[in-house]
Amino acid sequence: MSGQSRAVPSLRRRLVWQLATLSLLLVLALVTGVRYAAETASRASQDAVLGAAVNALADALRTSDQGLELDLPPAVFSMLGAMGEERLFYSVAINGTVISGYDGLPAPPRPPGQLVSLFWRAAWSGADLTWAATARRLLVDGRLADVVVTLGQTRHGQTAIARETALRAAWVGAGLLLAVIATGLLFTRSALEPIDRLAAAIARRGPHDLHPLHQASAPRELQPFVQALNGFIARLRSSLRMTETFVVEAAHRVRTPLALVQTEAELTLAETEDPALRKRLRRMIRAIGESSRSASQILDHAAVRSRAERFSPSSLDLAALARDGLRAMAPLAELREIDLDAPDLPASCKIRGDARLIEMALRNLLDNALKYSAPEGRVTLRLKAGGRMARLSVLDEGRGLPDDPEMLTGRFVRGANSADVVGSGLGLTIVAEVAAAHGGDFALTPREEKGTCATLSLPLG
Amino acid sequence: MRHLVLALGLISLLARPGAAFEAEAVHDFGPEGAAQISVIGANDLPAIAPVLSAFVGAQPGYRVHYVQAASTEIFRAIHDDRVPFDLVLSSAMDLQMRLVNDGFAANVPDVGGHLPGWQHWRDQLFGIALEPVITLVSRRGLHGLPLPRTRRDLIAMLRENPERFTGRIAAYDPARSGVGYFLLSQDDQYFEGFWRLAEVMGRLNVRQECCSDDMIAQLRAGEVLIAYNVVSSYVSRFAPDDPDLVRLSFEDYTLALLRTALIPRIAANPQAGAELLRHILSAPMQHVIAELSGTPLPEGSGPASAAHLRPIRLDAGLLAYGDQLRRAGALNEWAAAMSQPDEAPEPCHHAPQ
Repeated sequence: MSGQSRAVPSLRRRLVWQLATLSLLLVLALVTGVRYAAETASRASQDAVLGAAVNALADALRTSDQGLELDLPPAVFSMLGAMGEERLFYSVAINGTVISGYDGLPAPPRPPGQLVSLFWRAAWSGADLTWAATARRLLVDGRLADVVVTLGQTRHGQTAIARETALRAAWVGAGLLLAVIATGLLFTRSALEPIDRLAAAIARRGPHDLHPLHQASAPRELQPFVQALNGFIARLRSSLRMTETFVVEAAHRVRTPLALVQTEAELTLAETEDPALRKRLRRMIRAIGESSRSASQILDHAAVRSRAERFSPSSLDLAALARDGLRAMAPLAELREIDLDAPDLPASCKIRGDARLIEMALRNLLDNALKYSAPEGRVTLRLKAGGRMARLSVLDEGRGLPDDPEMLTGRFVRGANSADVVGSGLGLTIVAEVAAAHGGDFALTPREEKGTCATLSLPLG
Repeated sequence: MRHLVLALGLISLLARPGAAFEAEAVHDFGPEGAAQISVIGANDLPAIAPVLSAFVGAQPGYRVHYVQAASTEIFRAIHDDRVPFDLVLSSAMDLQMRLVNDGFAANVPDVGGHLPGWQHWRDQLFGIALEPVITLVSRRGLHGLPLPRTRRDLIAMLRENPERFTGRIAAYDPARSGVGYFLLSQDDQYFEGFWRLAEVMGRLNVRQECCSDDMIAQLRAGEVLIAYNVVSSYVSRFAPDDPDLVRLSFEDYTLALLRTALIPRIAANPQAGAELLRHILSAPMQHVIAELSGTPLPEGSGPASAAHLRPIRLDAGLLAYGDQLRRAGALNEWAAAMSQPDEAPEPCHHAPQ
């Protein structure tokens, strides 16, 4: 079982994992996107500032009669260096010769114009820098010269801003991820709840409940499952019914010839004088009687099952049924010289139930009690209404119960102390099934001195 | 074109190839055989010895090897000669910033966090002392003239008393002194009448000196009456209690240099350098330094600083002062103001600050 659960992971876990994986991917995409956007934005603003700065430097160039002057404003560098960890490099070159600033800076990819600053990227001094260059045409020593101002700035700030922004996005993303996992757990729980409900509904069913599941109460996604299950139940039912029909048919077909054989055997017994043959014929009759009785009870049982399945209760009087049952069993009791009575039987006791089923239960109860009572014994029937139940008890003075009376209600199960009595083992099963069909209860309890008390409880109408 | 040549000459001055940097003094603190921390600084020994002695006293496992050099030499030692010092101390903010910008400083992440923003540049450059730049006046020499409170007062006093001050004013020679040029640039930026002051001083035959201590010496000898732009830590040391010397903190503004420290990327023992740096920045050492330089760095660690103190900002703007054309232009204008336009300034290799 556990190996199977390892091989097929739980739906909820799978859903949550898929949800979490998807969210993780989204968060990664978010972080990457934010980082890219932040980098682009900070690069754009830094380029703008760098462009303004290189022009401020170029505008500080002036020619005087003593040559080129540069009134370099410190504020330009202050502003450039204010953000991040940037390093600054610049140069002023006339016709390619550096006259101020750093020597050997990377050359612009093409000559910059006076109005349009040129931006490019190049490594220098072990760092990756953004460069800007602009040109001014100035009269130096009487000749027109191209003065190129180049200004470079490291890009640590950009990277730092992008990293920090991405980090914040990552924190937000991590929060989202947690929220998604938490809500995912809740959602999958509620989404999978119908499955649990369905499972519980199936688990709650009694062993003989083969009604189809209520299809409308299942969500659309579970409809095929419920349909398949109902189809399976229908097949199971028809297969069971076929078996039962077969068994009933068989019992029925066996019973009639058995009756014939019994009659024939009894006739033969009457006509025979030979003691050995008579003895053999008696054993035969007894065996035939047992088989016939079994076949009857199989038929009874099948009838009970079929009526219980289509249980349609009506209002009826349990006391009247009890009286009828007593009357029906009276000849048998007389035959065995057993005192069968029902003192204090109430005039009437209304319940809701199936009269035919109760009749069968009552007959089996009384039959059992008579069967296991010694001749000249006593079987008492009592009927009491207590609480919401009507309690019908049959008390005998027989041999009592085996150690575990619970199992006696199983099909074809007979007590270990009943080998010498004819019986099929279906009688108490029938009683228990009748009780279950009515939503009642059947219990076997030993009596104080000797004998058994069999109590059938049925809900009052 | 002449200035272009001059500018190129200055480039070569900063980057003299071949020659090693020049040290002025070398001193070792701490026991022999202990782990050595190499420190290069512009401060002379009396200014730094108490701090370093306290360090090796508290940390007997270290020995501090202190090399004293001029600020331009310090720059050369790191930038050109690549000497693996563990700590570099200098008041030349522009050169220190240039070292940082050119990628010579290591990141020291666990120091800057405790400092106010103005006291450090990223995790690489740390202010260890504030050094006000003051003007010294000889009380006797003024003969009862009222003390100037602003630079305008100074200009007026010099104009009205040319006979008294001719040849008796001392100032930095910006061509020879890195600090001199740097302070000139700051004055140029903050005081719109600076070139008027320069012209007045030029007409009065101002003495151009390379170093603060020379100016102080001349002042105490009575040769000059006013020394303009003197770094106050020198005054504290060379004339601690001379009643004749008046320390003028001009009320229009009083510049203050930030003496800064950095740990080179190529340091042999950067952890030890950082250890020493933390020691220098600790409260007790800041008290010692405040006493030596006159103004405390962190608030509350010494006498209150004057309201008109204007600390020079530690940021990338400092890079502008190293520009060759800018420097050439400023020196040119200074030279013109000195009315000696034909005399080319001589480079001074002797102890500029």
